[in-house]
Amino acid sequence: MTKIIVDGTEIDVPPEYTLLQACEAAGAEIPRFCYHERLSIAGNCRMCLVEVKGAPKPVASCAQQVRDQRPGPNGEPPVVNTRSPLVRRAREGVMEFLLINHPLDCPVCDQGGECDLQDQAIGYGRAGSRFDENKRAVEDKFMGPLIKTVMNRCIQCTRCVRFATEIAGVPELGASGRGEDMEITTYLEGALTSELQGNMVDLCPVGALTSKPYAFNARPWELRRTETIDVMDALGSNIRVDARQGEVLRVLPRVQEEINEEWISDKTRHAVDGLRRQRLDRPYVRVDGRLREASWGEALSMAADALRPCGGAVGAIAGDLACVESMKATLDLFTALGSPNVDGRPDGLVLGGGPRESWLFNAGIAGIDEADAILLVGTNPRIEAPVLNARLRRAWLRGAEIASVGAAADLTYRVTQLGEDGGALERLLAGEEDWATRLEGARRPMVIVGQGALIRPDSAALLRAVGQLCARFGISGREAGWNGYCVLHTAAARVGALDLGFVPGPGGLDAAAMVRAMDAGSLSALWLLGVDEIDLPAPGRGTVIYVGTHGDRGAHRADIVLPAAAYTEKAAIFVNTEGRVQMTQRAAFPKGAAREDWAIVRALSERLGHRLPYDSHAQLHQRLLADHPVFASLDHAPRRDFPAGFDVASLGAAGTLSSAALVSPVRDFYLTNPIARASVVMAECAASRRAAPVLMAAE
Amino acid sequence: MSVRRLALNQPEGFAFSPASLETANWWLQKYPADRRQSAVIPLLWLVQKLEGWVSEPAIRVVAEMLGMPRIRVYEVATFYTMFHLQPVGRHHLQVCGTTPCMLRGANDLKAVCRRRIGAPFAVSADGLLSWEEVECLGACANAPVVAIRDLYHEDLTPQTFEARIDALLRGEDVQPGSAIGRQKSAPEGGPATLVDPALYDGSLAVPVTLPNRPQPQPQPAEA
Repeated sequence: MTKIIVDGTEIDVPPEYTLLQACEAAGAEIPRFCYHERLSIAGNCRMCLVEVKGAPKPVASCAQQVRDQRPGPNGEPPVVNTRSPLVRRAREGVMEFLLINHPLDCPVCDQGGECDLQDQAIGYGRAGSRFDENKRAVEDKFMGPLIKTVMNRCIQCTRCVRFATEIAGVPELGASGRGEDMEITTYLEGALTSELQGNMVDLCPVGALTSKPYAFNARPWELRRTETIDVMDALGSNIRVDARQGEVLRVLPRVQEEINEEWISDKTRHAVDGLRRQRLDRPYVRVDGRLREASWGEALSMAADALRPCGGAVGAIAGDLACVESMKATLDLFTALGSPNVDGRPDGLVLGGGPRESWLFNAGIAGIDEADAILLVGTNPRIEAPVLNARLRRAWLRGAEIASVGAAADLTYRVTQLGEDGGALERLLAGEEDWATRLEGARRPMVIVGQGALIRPDSAALLRAVGQLCARFGISGREAGWNGYCVLHTAAARVGALDLGFVPGPGGLDAAAMVRAMDAGSLSALWLLGVDEIDLPAPGRGTVIYVGTHGDRGAHRADIVLPAAAYTEKAAIFVNTEGRVQMTQRAAFPKGAAREDWAIVRALSERLGHRLPYDSHAQLHQRLLADHPVFASLDHAPRRDFPAGFDVASLGAAGTLSSAALVSPVRDFYLTNPIARASVVMAECAASRRAAPVLMAAE
Repeated sequence: MSVRRLALNQPEGFAFSPASLETANWWLQKYPADRRQSAVIPLLWLVQKLEGWVSEPAIRVVAEMLGMPRIRVYEVATFYTMFHLQPVGRHHLQVCGTTPCMLRGANDLKAVCRRRIGAPFAVSADGLLSWEEVECLGACANAPVVAIRDLYHEDLTPQTFEARIDALLRGEDVQPGSAIGRQKSAPEGGPATLVDPALYDGSLAVPVTLPNRPQPQPQPAEA
């Protein structure tokens, strides 16, 4: 620790702190444009100038370290002033220079109201300009369907360039030209190929990069802000939903160091226009082969009629966006009906039952920062969880070795490709693969198992191989408190379903068997909680009841459609891939006659004569926590070792591995769920990506 | 200086000639394998020597050779004004327009260029000539200066400059150097100071006693 005096207050800070960090630690506010905590230091905006005693000129505080400061003549700590007249004059000078070329178009700029330059011009701007010359004019650049550019406003802080190169790992942005003619551009104005590019809009301190889909939609002060959780992937990124008059207009990231830091993926950010399109806003029933509008009473009566006489011959499947509350209510209802046919794994995931640690990302997402050898099995984190992929990239930059078993893909970092099929796992086990020595020598090895390995016919055998790998290389338990066995889910609902025990009871059918049984006629009714991603029973076979938000595949097949609330329209529990229980908050009301999912089940239960014992959300929660204490620890990631007596090598089942390549189930990053598929922006992104497939990034 | 962009019409591709590839590899070997990017400016310069300008396909080829993202090479090529981003004539004339040359008549030379060749960077119809105004060429003592294919032509007047253009158009070689026979950067018309011959024949020399020199020892009496 080093002592330094900031504005007369002596503080003790680590020597590697920059002056800017030290000043902030002392409580001084330093204006800045180019400096960002999570990016490399550029030092080119000069706004963070401070006065250092003994230095001939003001110094850029972001680019000088505390340890490099000279002590006073008698060994006194270095003295920094952030509020002296010199500093004020220097910053006013910098601001005046910045404003020479920055247009005065705040009234038509989308950044207005949340603009760093605007805010700091209030503090350091002069009343008028002394420059009579014309402002420079810069051609706007094309950067793809998500980023709108107004390059006249650019102040060349290069935050976007550094983000693309360092965090996103797609070195596609650059600064061409020099001096006054410097321009930010992509190579030949191609579209950016990052799944994280929306974050550049947040990073841009001015209105040069703004959100294209959100252009001219709203001013920040008109919006009602709701802090909630994302459900587009299984990370549960913390987000802020901005709504106006019951309409969700945009999604921004919230800082959550252990999950998403301050980034979110483009799907999280830009799929929200899907919340306005293709929505189910009233119940529908199928009469003579056609869906027609119906009242809640009629639709619920029909649903009750379909479920009542069947006894055990009914089933329920929960989809990728189902919240814990709706699954809990469904589970209680089907238990009351005496049906063991419930499944929260429409994709056929082999996990479920047994200790919770067998389906969690046990090391925690933040654990990636500590891992030094990472093996990816059947996963493409770049499209399954882009934010997590950025963390993997950081681990790689820090020196971690990453290898992959599965179809090759550009993950924005160097990956040792061990093979496409499960045979590589066997070779690793047998020590025939050089990479085995890496796993052996690693201090904190990690195996990330993706859905590409867990939803196949031979997944039980693959899981056994992974478990044996964990046991053989001490991936869990090598170091106290370290468990490197990590399952990366792709659906926000999945861990909640498994924690809840939303899996077939004794003698029950799983999702695929239920669909087959419907086709065969041995099951007469199927209850779908937003299931759109699987093949559904053929039309005319049994009654399909769909509870969901969008007119997607499930609703098209359904005989009874019950409109429900989307994730922005209810307070609901979701559990992320690391087992962190988080709650969404209501930012808008459900559309039209739609109701919260659990309330629909509750209303139906009454008509079936099995009234569920909760009348309010609070009562449901009480019941949920009483039955499943695991949901009580909100916002906490367990990061636990396997329970005593659990043998990781006994995961899955013995069997032969197929030679088919392990392929991620996410085929198109932008179109994975009904909300994203209803989104025009996501469709544009998908089309843009298809037109220009990802080039291998040269590192 | 103005905004620099890649030319609208670009060739199909670019490939180093065998000889230039050898030079390129020589440059690459100067740097450790993981610091290959250091060779980006020499390689772009090689490209320019080969083709006269830096084309978009060439940027891609260089990026690939160095394992760099294309945008990084593009940044370098647009940053340095000595890289031409559009085709130039066989003889590219760089007219210095910075203050000393301007005071000594660079504006007249530019007028000659405009009259004989056309606008800056416009290639003459026969593909022989093009010109641009550049910043200080660093030969202010011999202003005004024009660099023709990187060789300096100094002390030009519109007449002597135009004579050189005529020679180039005839396909003749032009001799670089001063147009008025000045030796290097010596004063025009010969030396103007230190001209007294007496300075050089030793007649002005005054015996001096250097301080701190060992005093001559008294000679021992000859035996």
